[in-house]
Amino acid sequence: MSQGVANASTPKSSLLSRLADNEKLIAYLFILPSVVGFILFYAYPAIRSVFISFTEWNLLTDAKFVGLDNYNEIFADERFWRSLEATVWYVLWNIPIQTVIALFMAVVLDRFSDAISNLMRSVMILPWLLPNVIVALLWLWILDPSIGIANVLLNIVGVPKQDFLGDPDQAIAWIAMINIWRYAGYNAILIFAGLKTIPKSLYEAAGIDGANLWTQFWKITLPLLRPVLTFVLVTSVIGSFQVYDTIAVTTQGGPAGATRVIIYYIMDEVFNRRISMGTATAASVVLFLILISVTIIQMRFLQADQSDLQDYS
Amino acid sequence: MTTTTQTRTETDTMNTAWKRFFARLTWGDIMIGIILVIFVLVIMFPFWWVLRTALTSPGKVFTDASSLLPVDPTLLNFRRVLGSVDASELVAAGNSNISTGTLNFWLYLRNSFIFSMLVTLGQTTFSTMAAYAFARFRFPGRNRIFFLYLTGLMIPGIVLFIPNFVFIRQTGLTGTFAGLVAPFFLMTPYAVFFMRQFFLGLNKDLEEAATLDGATRVGIFWRVALPLVQGPILTLGILTFIQSWNEYLWPLLVGRDENIRVLTVALAIFRQQTPQGSPDWTGLMAGTAVAIVPTVLIFLFFGRKVVDSIQFSGFK
Repeated sequence: MSQGVANASTPKSSLLSRLADNEKLIAYLFILPSVVGFILFYAYPAIRSVFISFTEWNLLTDAKFVGLDNYNEIFADERFWRSLEATVWYVLWNIPIQTVIALFMAVVLDRFSDAISNLMRSVMILPWLLPNVIVALLWLWILDPSIGIANVLLNIVGVPKQDFLGDPDQAIAWIAMINIWRYAGYNAILIFAGLKTIPKSLYEAAGIDGANLWTQFWKITLPLLRPVLTFVLVTSVIGSFQVYDTIAVTTQGGPAGATRVIIYYIMDEVFNRRISMGTATAASVVLFLILISVTIIQMRFLQADQSDLQDYS
Repeated sequence: MTTTTQTRTETDTMNTAWKRFFARLTWGDIMIGIILVIFVLVIMFPFWWVLRTALTSPGKVFTDASSLLPVDPTLLNFRRVLGSVDASELVAAGNSNISTGTLNFWLYLRNSFIFSMLVTLGQTTFSTMAAYAFARFRFPGRNRIFFLYLTGLMIPGIVLFIPNFVFIRQTGLTGTFAGLVAPFFLMTPYAVFFMRQFFLGLNKDLEEAATLDGATRVGIFWRVALPLVQGPILTLGILTFIQSWNEYLWPLLVGRDENIRVLTVALAIFRQQTPQGSPDWTGLMAGTAVAIVPTVLIFLFFGRKVVDSIQFSGFK
């Protein structure tokens, strides 16, 4: 009450405080920077990408509208299809192994005391903290075919000398392995957090019913982990389709195009082979469509928005 | 209760806890323990290998590649990376593959810091403001704008990179810090989303009480809401910093110039500079070891928080 009087006697501060109290105005001021950022760097480029993909443009001269020519061109480009193939191989190597390892580590962590699992989680997150470039560099050194330590260690267990990243048949699998090393622990921590939400009483009840650990895992753990597993799978599949850094540092698309994944193809169109914005954006629009389809299929398949927990509680 | 009895009770509980732990230990647990140890070794070995190689004398790197310990240990590589060594000493080290070009490490380290700090400060500030508006203010278009943000989360980075690159080029910002931080400075949909969840989780009572006391909306945000979300803001800040520090593709696009080149880009270029024969491994690993230090330091100080925040972000 007394404040109202005080405000009335000082018109200047009253105006200020009324402005500071206008909810809509304040709200718009609060979101203004982020809206500007969103329009400039998300909405506008997304739309612009589609437009550029219908033009021929090398950054130097003016863009020329060419209709679907760029799409026809990349679809006719054998390199484009090979890059899709390489990407699919990468995803196929990466996702199943990474998810199984992460799931296993999470379940194992859950069985240990808090102290051990805390320590383990800190260790597991370490590779994720490193820049991709550094991860790639250090593995490039370890996997060096002539003097890398990997061949030395393999030799001890009787495996003959490998070419690793230099072998067209193995290269993409080793790229996948490098990224599994980096991300499996991170995903395990996500899954571990999901495990913590499953009521222990369910396991006790199942134990009384005579279900062994294996049955408990398939009947309780896995179904109830579905929301987290969906998150892990969707984000890592989306991420896998966009693998680039590791390849740029290690194999640069080689040997013989075995690791030239789709993003590498796109970057090549922009920088190395020729400066062609049209075909590069056309390829990225295609990638975008693939990603959306894959995500929708995964969400459907995993019934992402349902939780089985409700059935139990 | 005296201190001695308290300690004794604690040790007793500890002992029984251990006894119970061992009593319940099955062969399965032991197997799992062994597998766990193998996992730790696989995770940690590359870190050791970086350090071991960085400490190995550049001349000896090819002679005894299988040694698990540094061969002819030296700090030369670290000194080389940090720029405190002259060319004659390098020649004396006797490895033809050694890169005589220095990494100009301090410059790139500085650049990485400027880039990551600017991104972290800008993004955290503006995203937090926006998140508060989405969580607490009522205004036309609120839900629609927020939904648009969420859609933005799903657009793959590469779709945005090319038009963003073109945009930065057209505005003449390539080769400047402004161009480098621009796409990350004002927001990411993820950051807004992240903070909004925390503001939604706050108890409204405090803010309502402040309204009754005559505080303005801005005052409530500043003095009531913000202090309550210090933890989440710190978490967001750490995650943003680490992610910016590790960013490669965008700095490679717009920041190849020496004066704004960040560490990730510099290390990749450093490797490409020695294409003949085998790369300069000892130098590269020393650079790598030093480049890891800031993230590891952050992790040592805020480690638990990072791990916990990742757990949170899993449940968006």
